[in-house]
Amino acid sequence: MTHPDRLWRNPCLKWSYDVVIVGGGGHGLATAYYLAREHGITNVAVLEKGWLAGGNMARNTTIIRSNYLMDESAAIYEHAMKLWEGLSDELDYDILFSQRGVLNLAHTLGDVREGVRRVNANRLNGVDAEWLTPDQVKEFCPIVDISPDVRYPVLGATLQPRGGIAKHDHVAWAYARAADRLGVDLVQGCEVTGFVRSGGRVVGVDTNRGPIRAGAVALASAGHSSVLASLAGLRLPIQSHPLQAMVSELLEPVHPCVVMSNHVHVYVSQAHKGELVLGAGIDPFNSYAQRGSVHVVEHQLAAALELFPVFGHAHVLRTWAGIVDTSPDASPIVGPTPVPGLYVNCGWGTGGFKATPASGWVYAHTIAHGEPHALNRPFGLDRFTTGALVDEHGAAAVAH
Amino acid sequence: MRLPSGGRIDRTTPLTFTVDGVTHTGYRGDTLASAMLANNVLAGPSIHLGRPRGIVAAGVEEPNALVQVGPEPMLPATTVELTDGIEATTLSGRGRLATPNDGYFDKTYAHCDVLVVGGGRAGLAAAVEAGRSGARVFLADEQPELGGSLLSTPDTWEWLDTVVAELASFPETRVLTRATVFGYYDHNYLSIAQRRPGGGRLWHVRAGRVVLATGAHERPLVFAGNDRPGVMLAGAVRTYLNRYAVRPGRRAVVCTNNDSAYATALDLLESGAEVLVADVRDEESALAALVRSAGGEVRAGTTVTGTTGSPWVTSVSLGSETADCDLVAVSGGWNPVVHLHSQAGGTLRYDDATAAFVPDVARQAHVSVGSANGELDPVHPLWTIPAADGSWDTHFVDQQRDATVADVLRATGAGMRSAEHVKRYTTIGTAHDQGKTAGVNTLGVIAEALGAGTPGPTTYRPPYTPVPFALLAGRDRGALLDPARVTPIHAWHVARGAEFENVGQWRRPWYYPLPGETMTEAVLRECRAAREGVGVQDASTLGKIELVGPDAGEFLNRMYTNAFAKLPVGTARYGMMCTADGMVFDDGVVLRLAEDRYLATTTTGNAAAVLDHFEEWLQTEWPDLRVHCTSVTEQWATIAVVGPLSGRVVGALAADLPPKFMAFVDTTVHGVPARVARISFSGELAYEVNVAGWHGLAVWEAVMAAGEEFGITPYGTETMHVLRAEKGYPIVGQDTDGTVTPLDLGMDWIVSKRKSFVGKRSLRRPDTARPDRKQLVGLLPVDPDDLLPEGAQLVAPDTPLDPPVPMLGHVTSSYRSAALGRTFALALLRSGRDRLGQVVHAPLADRTIAAIVTEPVFYDPEGTRRDG
Ligand SMILES: Cc1cc2nc3c(=O)[nH]c(=O)nc-3n(C[C@H](O)[C@H](O)[C@H](O)COP(=O)(O)OP(=O)(O)OC[C@H]3O[C@@H](n4cnc5c(N)ncnc54)[C@H](O)[C@@H]3O)c2cc1C
Repeated sequence: MTHPDRLWRNPCLKWSYDVVIVGGGGHGLATAYYLAREHGITNVAVLEKGWLAGGNMARNTTIIRSNYLMDESAAIYEHAMKLWEGLSDELDYDILFSQRGVLNLAHTLGDVREGVRRVNANRLNGVDAEWLTPDQVKEFCPIVDISPDVRYPVLGATLQPRGGIAKHDHVAWAYARAADRLGVDLVQGCEVTGFVRSGGRVVGVDTNRGPIRAGAVALASAGHSSVLASLAGLRLPIQSHPLQAMVSELLEPVHPCVVMSNHVHVYVSQAHKGELVLGAGIDPFNSYAQRGSVHVVEHQLAAALELFPVFGHAHVLRTWAGIVDTSPDASPIVGPTPVPGLYVNCGWGTGGFKATPASGWVYAHTIAHGEPHALNRPFGLDRFTTGALVDEHGAAAVAH
Repeated sequence: MRLPSGGRIDRTTPLTFTVDGVTHTGYRGDTLASAMLANNVLAGPSIHLGRPRGIVAAGVEEPNALVQVGPEPMLPATTVELTDGIEATTLSGRGRLATPNDGYFDKTYAHCDVLVVGGGRAGLAAAVEAGRSGARVFLADEQPELGGSLLSTPDTWEWLDTVVAELASFPETRVLTRATVFGYYDHNYLSIAQRRPGGGRLWHVRAGRVVLATGAHERPLVFAGNDRPGVMLAGAVRTYLNRYAVRPGRRAVVCTNNDSAYATALDLLESGAEVLVADVRDEESALAALVRSAGGEVRAGTTVTGTTGSPWVTSVSLGSETADCDLVAVSGGWNPVVHLHSQAGGTLRYDDATAAFVPDVARQAHVSVGSANGELDPVHPLWTIPAADGSWDTHFVDQQRDATVADVLRATGAGMRSAEHVKRYTTIGTAHDQGKTAGVNTLGVIAEALGAGTPGPTTYRPPYTPVPFALLAGRDRGALLDPARVTPIHAWHVARGAEFENVGQWRRPWYYPLPGETMTEAVLRECRAAREGVGVQDASTLGKIELVGPDAGEFLNRMYTNAFAKLPVGTARYGMMCTADGMVFDDGVVLRLAEDRYLATTTTGNAAAVLDHFEEWLQTEWPDLRVHCTSVTEQWATIAVVGPLSGRVVGALAADLPPKFMAFVDTTVHGVPARVARISFSGELAYEVNVAGWHGLAVWEAVMAAGEEFGITPYGTETMHVLRAEKGYPIVGQDTDGTVTPLDLGMDWIVSKRKSFVGKRSLRRPDTARPDRKQLVGLLPVDPDDLLPEGAQLVAPDTPLDPPVPMLGHVTSSYRSAALGRTFALALLRSGRDRLGQVVHAPLADRTIAAIVTEPVFYDPEGTRRDG
């Protein structure tokens, strides 16, 4: 796959924008694109302290699925899925979206109950879902060990045939290029260090390159959201954790789909180039350092080899960690805040890559109209005071 | 070709091996790469362009010579020790997985005062110094023998032998060879991968101080056609000559921007090769005279600008001239191996003299020494060498990824400024060698393209070189993946033919089929026994936490929704706990053992989480409360004897029985000290016999013997679930999912209005107090034979099934009941209690089941049976 010859300008920073987006990850870039494309708001800057999409966007395991349990979640993730399905065309960039199917394995009777419940709910919500027996799992993914005498035998699985993977860099660069073409300024090496206030309102940001005025400031800073929000006097119910992933050497095709096992914390697919891409469970401590513990990697590989004996001779080539923003109900927070002029989009935790198009789409709508779209209304900050949580924990399907 | 003498190979032990099916010979002491080179064997063609490639390096930095050896999908031939009978297949950048790994991999956890990484000159010197002081020293080196680059310089071998012998004489010094330090984590914690026969060992080392003597990797020069077989790193050529007695060519052009390659030129000359040194520097090196006097030619201000030959190089362009050759030895300078320094959080500094990144500030207790610290020859930096025709598409920066200067220029042309972007755009650095020869050159090319002064910066992450999955997994495989917890009575269940289910880490009997019996039949039989006669269940897996201290009652009052402070000693009470957001977290019976002593039982899977929850609140919110919590789950075996005849069975064994429901006595059962409680999770008369774990099996067998005349029937978790569901008792985690309050369960009676408890405030939040929440109800399928699947969603009968379909709730538990003679279920249903008597539908993939909404209590709603 060759990339386009033109991606983006490296523009000079202006002193004022209609909208300043803080964070040039997938969500920030998608938001900028939809603001320009859907709402005609093009006087927009995306401020990124590092290099574009170098945070979690560059570090995730790229699993895409929409088979969430709760109605509110299914609606927003399925909206993302529909956008994914047209995205290469819309952005004129091959994002290597491969709908190879996602299996969520069940290893206990509780997992089975949860899986069946989710399949039933998904179907009624218009999300493709199937329940597979162990033999059907084996048929779909021949390298999974389904023998009954392993420590946690496979008792079945949910399958979302439309789920799959895409190439994260391509997605980010496709949005960046499209936003750039519509006039959005993508500014790298620009760190937001504070907020400019007037009355109670946020009217701009302070950066390492000076203050910038803004009609609206939209946070899209993932693992650093709570740090930034606190600069505006806002306490977010977010905990940041390291989440690790790793890849193997390049291998001939061996793994045809995506397999997720929340019970033993294995999330694995084989990327287009041929490397096995594995994600782990979060490191339990809170941190902003993009580093995890080696024992998490050891544990995850032990579990992976139990499920996939054929991986036994593979090697870990690279490991890394991102900082994920986990919320109390494992659902995102997207909407206005009690601080006028300030919007927040965070809490996607271990699983926001798959939401990138919808996250940008609803966030752009929210910023453009000053109030949420129906799809993100349930995901407002106020739910933590009303109690109207969208709790995806009960569904063993929260991760990635 | 193999030189007639010299090297560290053992010529008395010839070895036979094959590459791509062709048989060759080499010697003990060879690597697969040196033996391939001795036999003029090419590496596999390149991954995308299919260009022929040869061996370039002699160590882990090798970009081309990837091989599959047996089941090993991908190894650099430079790291494979030659053994007899090796069957290697050359690869084009991609390996193949075929078989499981049944090698033996284990782990060692160790401490040392000083860990020296790298057994070259600097590392050996450091290790000996530290060893002499009596410190506990670990010296790790990735090679089969110590020496590092000294192994390529025969005149140092005598010193090497002396030092190695001295190291061996230190009792506290441990030398690890074939051991790659691949990860440097916080608090001086390092991981070492050691290759061992038939497997490997993962060392986890906590070191007082770390000496990084990891040496340097040579950089190639980037000219047109620099990937042609026969173009090699100059240092590698020297290694092949001196260590393996392999001369990779007879007519060599040595192209360099620094003095280090002159040693290669001299050694080549001594081996009888012809040598032309093209030195890119205008000013002639002081070493030029040495080369000339040994019969070689030196040209200053000259560089290779192109190559020809197929597949091996046959000539190079030197500007306007050409020179015939069969070997091009290049040196673009050296990169200190700073990976571990960087992994440890140390910063790097670009050094102009050596045109390399060198360690700057260390963040942990480590120092870098020798060439790893940048003690290297100065170089004349030269990131790109233009071709005569101006093309850049055969200037390979990353040979394994087939990435060229042209690719880098496209990336910068597209708007990319960050090296991270360029690497991702071009895929440079992502192959098996992780760009060890490509990284700094790429940064140099980018800097040139952008007109930036100096390249950089860069950081490194673990692992330094690829590490086998199987090594990291170690022995945590099979049954040891997560060792199963079993009760003291487990062997009896196995002997009785029980089927088991995993509950948390526990293996619990699920049901006990008789020969020829289906699960349904077995469960109906077990249920009937418990309702009509006597059944028995091993309940030892329930979590048990002892809470001791003067404030234990107050603490429990704060943790549970109902009150415990005034519970009389000798009695028990069922309690429920919420998380801070008011959702049901766990439940269980709490016994008051003494004024200051309670025993709380938890669900099997949640025991650790409940203890954590207790400790978190105690330690972070109420450190003033005088309470100690101790897990005693495994100290007790718990035998639940259930059914109208249970009293006769337990009475026959126990010296004393509890006076009433929810009371207990400390007594003896079958002659051993026991605590007997009247607790029922089935609605029947029931006794819970608790004895010390080691008496568990004996007492279980005594219960079975005493019950024999009553047809006592062991039952498993499935029957337990049916019995409790008939009574409408919810199971936390099955009938709740973290979104359910005690009020949703219809258990208003358990939520204290008077005292405060964790989660209480949340219950008043607008959404949590909503009347139309999902509530626990019973369901009776209209057809009494229809079994609702657990997890079925529920809709109103007239709902059109076009997505999105509004759902009212879902089936949480569903069974066939022996007592009711029909199927029944529990469900969470929106406004469930207002729908009693109404019909709901469960649309399934192939049909729809209709059911009537009922109270969740199906059996003995008056509660008459619990007293027998
Ligand atoms: C190891 C790992 C595996 C994952 N796997 C999956 C998966 O398989 N599927 C899935 O759906 N999701 C997955 N995720 C989650 C997913 O990556 C994230 O939810 C998602 O990328 C977050 O949105 P983003 O792309 O905008 O975040 P990011 O890319 O992290 O963007 C946030 C940006 O904000 C910038 N920033 C922060 N502070 C400032 C500041 N003060 N000023 C300027 N800029 C700032 C950061 O530098 C960063 O670039 C995974 C995450 C990790 C770490």
